[in-house]
Amino acid sequence: MSYLEFLQAHGPRMLDGALITLVQFVLATVVSVGIALAFGLMRLSPNRAVKGFATVYVEIFRGTSLLVQLFWIFFVLPLFGITMDKFTAGFIAVGLNMGAYGAELVRGAILAVPKGQWEAAKAINMTPAQRMRRIILPQAFVIMLPPWGNLVIEILKGTALVALISVTDLMFQARQINISTFLSVQTFGTALILYYVFARFCVTPFMRSFERKMAFKIGRA
Amino acid sequence: MQWRWEWTWELLPRFLDATGKTLMAAGGGYAIAVVLGLVLVLAQRTPFRPLTVVVRELVEFIRSTPLLLQVFFVFYVGPQFGINLSPWTSGLIAIGLHYGAYLSEVYRGGIESVPKGQWEAATAINMSTVQTYRRLIIPQALPPAISGMGNYLVGIFKDTPMLSVIGVAELMHTANAVGAQSYRYLEPYTMVGILFLAISLPTAFFITRFEQWVRRKMGM
Repeated sequence: MSYLEFLQAHGPRMLDGALITLVQFVLATVVSVGIALAFGLMRLSPNRAVKGFATVYVEIFRGTSLLVQLFWIFFVLPLFGITMDKFTAGFIAVGLNMGAYGAELVRGAILAVPKGQWEAAKAINMTPAQRMRRIILPQAFVIMLPPWGNLVIEILKGTALVALISVTDLMFQARQINISTFLSVQTFGTALILYYVFARFCVTPFMRSFERKMAFKIGRA
Repeated sequence: MQWRWEWTWELLPRFLDATGKTLMAAGGGYAIAVVLGLVLVLAQRTPFRPLTVVVRELVEFIRSTPLLLQVFFVFYVGPQFGINLSPWTSGLIAIGLHYGAYLSEVYRGGIESVPKGQWEAATAINMSTVQTYRRLIIPQALPPAISGMGNYLVGIFKDTPMLSVIGVAELMHTANAVGAQSYRYLEPYTMVGILFLAISLPTAFFITRFEQWVRRKMGM
């Protein structure tokens, strides 16, 4: 069987899987950004209980494997009455995990905004909320975008794990095709290339241009 | 749902044994990655353009595709060409390759952080390339690389559960087996999580300490 025939026979199925991967990736990224923002800000809270809670969250999710968390959320949470279908459990687990890494990026970026900016905002009588929203966060946003570019790739790679709870993503389809055809090089090779092309020629260039646009917007380019 | 303590204690020896396997997988994979990373970074610094371009792209390729898929690839591709690799061998190769690519980036950052004057000085006093690397560049490139290397040591440890999919009998594999046998997932998966935390948090702490110690020693 030539590679072309292989693609004709199994290509559509792989593309179906790739579409699911894409949706999982987008949803997981949305969850990550939300979690990262919330917990990154909480980590900087003067309230010790809030700060402690956020620290525990970040340490737990960064200290254990994504796979363990995914299985825990999918198999153990239902025992406590929180049942999610596999699709939801998939992107929620990836999002919660990567959000913990993102929270550290948010925290680092906020702390990296020059002190004079904080003082100036205070001097013109802005409330803490105004200062955060209008002065600090926009600048922190530009600072943290480059490391987010890497994290977003990690999110994409993380979504491959949802195949293990039978979400029919690209990884899952590749495994199924491999089981029925035994053409491992073609199957897994094609899947690898699909992930690579998406990461290297779609996600990364998008993040780069986003970085430039945002830097330009606050007058840093 | 009730937590069953007696069962937990009953399972514990088996889980501790599996933790040993997990640590072995992480250690073995890391050893491969440390060496391979060095090869990958040095290959990118040779003056031979085609080689540097190919290696650069290879590193990007490995870094931007999922480890899980790479594990499957390594495990299943061999038999198609008549090479049968055991789960352990292919698991270590896959994870070593993946983290080797990451570590090469860490090394690269370290090497690039050495000021250009150091290279010029080495040339000026007639040091050979090998001498320059060994006596000047690597000692200075190491301290800034330690935190990255440490992060990936913890990272490789946390990624070993992925080897369970090809049948490496580490922690996750054991938890899956226990869960499937007893239809109870609460204790096995929670224990795995706690064991991971119990190892990765102290390790991360000691790495930070070690980095500070090295920096002090080097007078930085």
